Amino acid sequence: MSDLIKEVEKEFLEKESKHPDFKAGDTVNIHVKIKEGNKERIQQFQGTVIQRRHTNTNGETFTVRKISNGVGVERIFPILSPSIDKIEIIRKGHVRRARLFYLRGKQGKAAKVKEKI
Amino acid sequence: MSGIIGKKIGMTNVYDDEGRSVSCTLIEAGPCVVTQVKDLQKDGYRAIQLSYDERKEKRTPKALKGHFDKSNTSPKKKVAEFRKFRDEFTGTVELGQVVNVGDVFQEGEYVDAISNSKGKGFQGVVKRHGFKGVGDATHGQHNRLRAPGSIGASSYPSRVFKGIRMAGQQGGKRVKVINLRILKIIPEKNLVLVSGSVPGSKNSYVVLEK
Repeated sequence: MSDLIKEVEKEFLEKESKHPDFKAGDTVNIHVKIKEGNKERIQQFQGTVIQRRHTNTNGETFTVRKISNGVGVERIFPILSPSIDKIEIIRKGHVRRARLFYLRGKQGKAAKVKEKI
Repeated sequence: MSGIIGKKIGMTNVYDDEGRSVSCTLIEAGPCVVTQVKDLQKDGYRAIQLSYDERKEKRTPKALKGHFDKSNTSPKKKVAEFRKFRDEFTGTVELGQVVNVGDVFQEGEYVDAISNSKGKGFQGVVKRHGFKGVGDATHGQHNRLRAPGSIGASSYPSRVFKGIRMAGQQGGKRVKVINLRILKIIPEKNLVLVSGSVPGSKNSYVVLEK
């Protein structure tokens, strides 16, 4: 990639380094800034990371899955987005692949990711 | 001045204040040199000619070199004319004047980008005009999958109307994309970041115009 492009991306990439390092399988709590009118509040979204895409680019995203009222909910966050206030790692997971799409077909105990010790 | 010449560097994405991702193109624009000022008396219309990108002297025809000598600059590769300049600049533009991005544009402004699109060669109607093709791939068909279908009626009019979309050369021609927002200007490095995509390959010349 051109050095000149890095010049532009720098500002955003520096932002990412303040987030902790996490992987697919980890349970995370995302603090998302939400604007309502001219008020801003923080909403939390807690779940399992099932993939990270476009890593090492400006457009990197990650997908978090949780079960809400018995319904599976997935949310995709751009990691460099200014609307992400904070990422907390709740639990490190032990998984053997980078994309955990197999969790989608599973329920209850089968959908659990083992904890990394 | 109403525009500037630059070179496409590549694409990336940035985030706006609301956290939305915006695709954008980075363009290295200027510094350009004014190499000709056209006026009503002599040329019949008013325009400013800008030149951009150094050219080797030994690769420059003598006639062209003479043109650049008039404005006391080294030979340049790309020359473009700007006619939409605002009145307030008339008279203040001189030959040999250097034009930078910061002088021409401000962040948040909308510009048009003109460039040659990437050549796609001789293409069929499915790629070139978005036709859907005619038939199935199976059920005994063998050559209608990407065909254009009918191109008109029979005994009346007994001819094909002009302008019927057919296969042919796609791309490789001048394209103008309008209303790209300027997201960022880095004057020290002569860089402009515009929203959206710009025709052409990396390193191709782009004319930005207000």
